[in-house]
Amino acid sequence: MQRKLGLGVLLLAAVWLAGCATGTTTQAPVEDRSTAAPAETAPDGGQPDMGPQALPQDDGVPSGALPGTVPDADLLAKRRVHFAFDSSALDEENRRIVEAHARYLVANPTLTVTLEGHCDERGTREYNLALGERRAQSVERVMRVLGVSANRIRLVSYGEEKPLAPEHNESAWALNRRVEIVYK
Amino acid sequence: MMTITRVRAGLVSCRRRIAFLMLLAPLLWSAPAQAILSIEITQGADVGIPIAIVPFAWQGQGKPPQDLAEIISNDLVRSGRFISIPRKDFVSFPKSEQEVVYKDWRVIKAEALVIGTITPAGPGRFDVQFRLFDVFKQAQLAGLRYTVSASLLRTVAHQIADVVYEKLTGEPGAFNTRIAYVTREAANPKAAAVYRLQIADSDGHNPRTVVRSPEPLLSPAWSPDGKRIAYVSFEDKRSKVYIQNLADGRRELIAEFAGINSAPAWSPDGRRLALALSRDGNAEIYVLDLQTRRLQRLTSDPAIDTEPSWSPDGRYIVFTSDRAGRPQIYRMTADGRQTERLTFEGEYNARASYSPDGRMLTLVSAQQGRFRVATLQLDSGALQVLTDTALDESPTFAPNGRIILYATEVRGRGVLASVSSDGRVRQLYRLEEGDVREPAWSPYNRELQY
Repeated sequence: MQRKLGLGVLLLAAVWLAGCATGTTTQAPVEDRSTAAPAETAPDGGQPDMGPQALPQDDGVPSGALPGTVPDADLLAKRRVHFAFDSSALDEENRRIVEAHARYLVANPTLTVTLEGHCDERGTREYNLALGERRAQSVERVMRVLGVSANRIRLVSYGEEKPLAPEHNESAWALNRRVEIVYK
Repeated sequence: MMTITRVRAGLVSCRRRIAFLMLLAPLLWSAPAQAILSIEITQGADVGIPIAIVPFAWQGQGKPPQDLAEIISNDLVRSGRFISIPRKDFVSFPKSEQEVVYKDWRVIKAEALVIGTITPAGPGRFDVQFRLFDVFKQAQLAGLRYTVSASLLRTVAHQIADVVYEKLTGEPGAFNTRIAYVTREAANPKAAAVYRLQIADSDGHNPRTVVRSPEPLLSPAWSPDGKRIAYVSFEDKRSKVYIQNLADGRRELIAEFAGINSAPAWSPDGRRLALALSRDGNAEIYVLDLQTRRLQRLTSDPAIDTEPSWSPDGRYIVFTSDRAGRPQIYRMTADGRQTERLTFEGEYNARASYSPDGRMLTLVSAQQGRFRVATLQLDSGALQVLTDTALDESPTFAPNGRIILYATEVRGRGVLASVSSDGRVRQLYRLEEGDVREPAWSPYNRELQY
């Protein structure tokens, strides 16, 4: 729970920061299971203090998936794809995530997306700035192939400047080598 | 292949932005005292010239305004080429050449002797005199007099250390120089960070903030005259290159093309700036003429080309490229027409820059996943790794070529470290709080500041 709350705060902060960048209020359009956690309550036993509320079930509706859930919801809930060291290649699992977002963008033509490329701290800062861009471009390429037009995709590279995990070890590095898919 | 483009549209909007930024500059230009980098010698030289530096005789009331002898002694010891004999071993404390008894210095095995005086010379001003003697030849090697305001007393001490260094080693000293670096401070790992581009004296004193930002700052590069710094700022949520005037804090937006704007490097004549831009699709090296704003593209390769650095004679630019699969160092003629690969050892070689004499490069070289500072001799191609840390970055030569300053990580913190170019002397520069990174050593201070 603690961790999920932390993630929620992080995501909210990310959305809030993204709002800063454009000066508009933004709403993440996709379901995110890390904040949706419907059955869970806050540690003090009260209502969860952040994230969407669980949908109440109407009487007479059999339990199961509610109508209205977007296709690919599981994949769309993931808004980060990860890479190997000094690589911008998407493996099968990460490619499927990008493809789901591409289909979502095609189905929702008013949305735009920013692809933020990041690296781990190893290697040099300027090279990593270029590598982060190449990672974002590799995600963009998949989206373009699936029909998302170029003017709906913005690329930015932060290189190694914005790690998710501040530690200096393999698991932090794996987490930090990423492209973040940020909807506007 | 090269392409020449004139960036007309960019120029107009640039001008407008400059005007706006000049209004903003006072907000960004702040000079509150920042935490001083503390320097710790982690590996000293066991050989060096034994020198005795007598405390400068204070001719005024109360306490002397600075312990000049201590500043001079610290400078010389940090170079790794001197051993400073402790004051407690001194037999006498001469104030003038008449009071120097050479025998007193021979018995404590001093080969060189420095004496001096500091005298009030009007409100807030001081007269400093020093003399350097060769104990064995029994001869004066140098004697100079300075009259300065109190704020420049440390500068005078560094200048004296430079004179002593040059007289005794035959090479110019680099004590009266400055370093630029970036600090990052955050209350905790998840809290908002503050980034500062700072400059300080080469011994870490007199830190001053050049620019402060909530977003990352990187790649500071001194202009060859030491008056301006180019750097990359993410203050607009993406990388842009600025040049800032150190005297008045005014700055100019230099590159805000689509894609990344990064890795500024001054040509030795100070008229052009090499940059890594991805405006044409992927990171390539360009040269911007700062006067005419003509932008010339030098590389054309689907790989990453970045981290340009000019040879001191201006004929070549070295850069990092992964065109062969992994990042390696290449050298091209400054017109981009001919390119050759320079590094073949190691899985990752990047961020090369020339030594001031143009004979070698310092770079980051990785083997078995450890990123360390190395030198590459250009005539023989010999690569020598100088450090034993794992996350080294951004090596930069002192202007006399004797010391390489770089960023690394020690116990989870970003610190600066230096290593003499022969690998014998090592030091750590750290802040009490926060990380320090992205060092850049200034060129020589050619103007005497009085």
